[in-house]
Amino acid sequence: MMQEGLDDGPDFLSEEDRGPRAVNVDLQTDATLQVDISDALSERDKVKFTVHTKSTLPNFKQNEFSVVRQHEEFIWLHDSFVENEEYAGYIIPPAPPRPDFDASREKLQKLGEGEGSMTKEEFTKMKQELEAEYLAIFKKTVAMHEVFLCRVAAHPVLRKDMNFHVFLEYNQDLSVRGKNKREKMEDFFKNVVKSADGVLVAGVKDVDDFFEHEKTFLLEYHNRVKDASSKSDRMIRSHKSAADDINRIASTLYTLGTQDSTDVCKFFLKVSELFEKTRKIEARVAADEDLKLADLLKYYLRESQAAKDLLYRRGRALVDYENANKALDKARAKNKDVLQAETSQQVCCQKFEKISESAKQELIDFKTRRVAAFRKNLVELAELELKHAKGNLQLLQSCVGVLKGDT
Amino acid sequence: MAASSPRNPPPLPGADNQDPLSEMADEDSDEGEDIFVGNSNPVAESFQTDTANGEEPADLFSEEEISTTVNSSITTTKSNGVHSDNENDLFAEASVELSMENPSTIARENPTTTAKTSGAEFTPSRTQTQPKSIEQLEEDKDEDSFDMDVAVTNPEKIGDGMNAYIAYKVSTRTTLPMFKNRTFSVWRRFSDFLGLYEKLSVKHSLNGCIIPPPPEKSIVGMTKVKVGKEDSSSADFVETRRAALERYLQRVVCHPSLLQDPDVREFLERDELPRAVGTHTLSGAGFLKMINRASDAVSKMTVKISDSDAWFDNKLQEVESEELQLRKLHAVVESLVNHRKELCGNTAVFAKSMAMLGNSEDNTALSRALSQLAEVEDKMETLHQEQAASDFFILAELLADYIRLLGAVRGCFEQRMKTWQRWQEAQSTLQKKREVEAKLLWANKPDKLQQAKEEITEWEGKVTQYERDFDRISVTVRKEFLRFEKEKSKDFKSQIVKYLESLLQSQQRLVKFWEAFLPEAKAIG
Repeated sequence: MMQEGLDDGPDFLSEEDRGPRAVNVDLQTDATLQVDISDALSERDKVKFTVHTKSTLPNFKQNEFSVVRQHEEFIWLHDSFVENEEYAGYIIPPAPPRPDFDASREKLQKLGEGEGSMTKEEFTKMKQELEAEYLAIFKKTVAMHEVFLCRVAAHPVLRKDMNFHVFLEYNQDLSVRGKNKREKMEDFFKNVVKSADGVLVAGVKDVDDFFEHEKTFLLEYHNRVKDASSKSDRMIRSHKSAADDINRIASTLYTLGTQDSTDVCKFFLKVSELFEKTRKIEARVAADEDLKLADLLKYYLRESQAAKDLLYRRGRALVDYENANKALDKARAKNKDVLQAETSQQVCCQKFEKISESAKQELIDFKTRRVAAFRKNLVELAELELKHAKGNLQLLQSCVGVLKGDT
Repeated sequence: MAASSPRNPPPLPGADNQDPLSEMADEDSDEGEDIFVGNSNPVAESFQTDTANGEEPADLFSEEEISTTVNSSITTTKSNGVHSDNENDLFAEASVELSMENPSTIARENPTTTAKTSGAEFTPSRTQTQPKSIEQLEEDKDEDSFDMDVAVTNPEKIGDGMNAYIAYKVSTRTTLPMFKNRTFSVWRRFSDFLGLYEKLSVKHSLNGCIIPPPPEKSIVGMTKVKVGKEDSSSADFVETRRAALERYLQRVVCHPSLLQDPDVREFLERDELPRAVGTHTLSGAGFLKMINRASDAVSKMTVKISDSDAWFDNKLQEVESEELQLRKLHAVVESLVNHRKELCGNTAVFAKSMAMLGNSEDNTALSRALSQLAEVEDKMETLHQEQAASDFFILAELLADYIRLLGAVRGCFEQRMKTWQRWQEAQSTLQKKREVEAKLLWANKPDKLQQAKEEITEWEGKVTQYERDFDRISVTVRKEFLRFEKEKSKDFKSQIVKYLESLLQSQQRLVKFWEAFLPEAKAIG
């Protein structure tokens, strides 16, 4: 049903949707390296992203080129950053979440099974709904993979990374297999050790006020963002359910209205039409809340985790440095292996200072990015909510006017 | 609550006058209360100035403008328990036009006599109902009409423990001469309403009248109340029941034949009603089921009576399919109510979470904006709750009422079938008697012949009577059905428009919320 006079809302791949990217990276788009996902294809259980690069950098053979990548290859790239000691002092852009179409696919399947129990119109309508949902999830996952690449491309150091260039340019399969069971177990244990260690490291009080404050702040912030993110998801789900109900109400009213041509039936038809339209708006409201609020919170959940990881690495380096100092003192006292201890201490010192320096800047940038992202999304959220509420209002007013005029 | 928004005097001519009441029902201890607007307008449009300061007791028949942002919870608790006197919107459109020329004719254009939801949550703004009243006035000026308004209010828990029950105040305002007073109130309990239904059914359902069914019994609901569970669900239950009883009564008094029934008068007027016995076994639905079961056997036979019967067949089919659709719709609306309540809860939780996040945020402007967002979400929660109430009280209950009513309509049709069957059976009995007589004539047995002749006369009489009965019930059913359709059409239209208006108000408030928030969001940075 076409909505007359009602804008269909923001296109998913429009500027609005590129919220996180446009804000989290430098606002001046850098001509020397521009990355985006120009296309995506959904196959059985994987998504193939076409990564498109435009660059004037001499490292690349051409100025413009594209490759096809899958989710696992993004993860490989992310992990390679994390494991690289050189990048210990940076906030590693969080990896994009795995494309998850399971829920949507399940719903489509259930719909197929229940085809017999509903009218043709209902079935077609529901099918369209679910297909739209599928498409929405699809577009979202594209956006999230794109944000990751853009963050890397915008980072002064990470953009020079060799693996990143291979990722962008190598037009064959990177043969990155997903981790097998053993490797997954290893990861699991590594994480356990890291968390335990993280607790120990966090316990060490920092001499630097800035970092001490950041530590406390990030811990609390991260937890609260996590909470807000899950609660927003739940709220939006209820909203979607309510919109679905209105859809069914519209259908049933339509059936009632078509039974006869009496006054009351005409009335039902008009109301059914109204509900069809308001339902679409309600669904858009839920979708926009999802994009502007829930996704924002999810993103900052991941980013704040990345920031915490940075603090952890610095904390680790600090502990190592302090241990090295103690070892040096001991060595000097015993006058044994002093040179070795001195070298070791110097290495630790350099590492620590390097991390501290870049970490400070990273954390400040993180704050700036965060504030800007929230601002943009909250403003857009408010504007969209207003737009939809006004749209709804107009529909209701005109319908009520018509209905009252008839009676 | 007492400090709810002041009411503005409406521009309706003469409506402002406050007549001191000359006659008052004894139970009404509300001295000095202005129940009626003075002038001769029979249509209910009494707009009173504010008595909301709590000094004057409930002004039952007035319409109030209630600011919807105040007291939006479904459970408006007041000293009386659940129902708030001050926030009644009882008779806004409840007037019934009755023509006294021929009580059996279809009642005139009834302004909506139905679902008066008297919660504080959704009051149509007065400006919207006023023009309607004026229209009604103009329409009905020429008719010799009387009005009659009924309201059910003030649910009060009487007694304790498992013998406790809720008493409701039934108030009537009328200009009909058959009543002793113009305004009066009595106290009734739920079983009294059921008793009334039973009495009316026994007397009138055989005539083919569509008797409005009362609300269902609810063991769970009542037990909670008896046990003294003071939570929102039992308050909701009482309010739902009160509103349903009110609509039930309004439909009864709106029916021209039923109104004439002395039982109805007694129900409305008499101080002490003998306790209705047997209703603990027989609820409204139970009685219906009884009728239905008995007539199910009848309806299973697809008998085509005559050509004119096509009309009845068609209508019955329509009724059955409509009932099916309404049930479906009702189920979906209930689902919507639940999802909205869920949304309400989730929004509240999210709002708190947002507030916490705002506290953690160390950028001042962003922190403030997040807190503001939390407040907006809080307001949305209120909005959702009201919306859910609207969904339920206006829409879901309307559908539930009509599902029950359609059941009653079916019962009506089946009554007619039964009457026809009786006539047919009498005819075949008569035929048999005649055959017996013929045989006897031939066999020449004079004494038995006499008896046979007597029997024939008897059965001829019966056949004639049953035929007359059948014709009469056919006429009645047809008439009742047309009246019902008219009423239903009005009911649905007015209720749905009311519902849409409540949606409209929600959206208006939504716009305000976000308009207030936008500058805060822009101020970040």
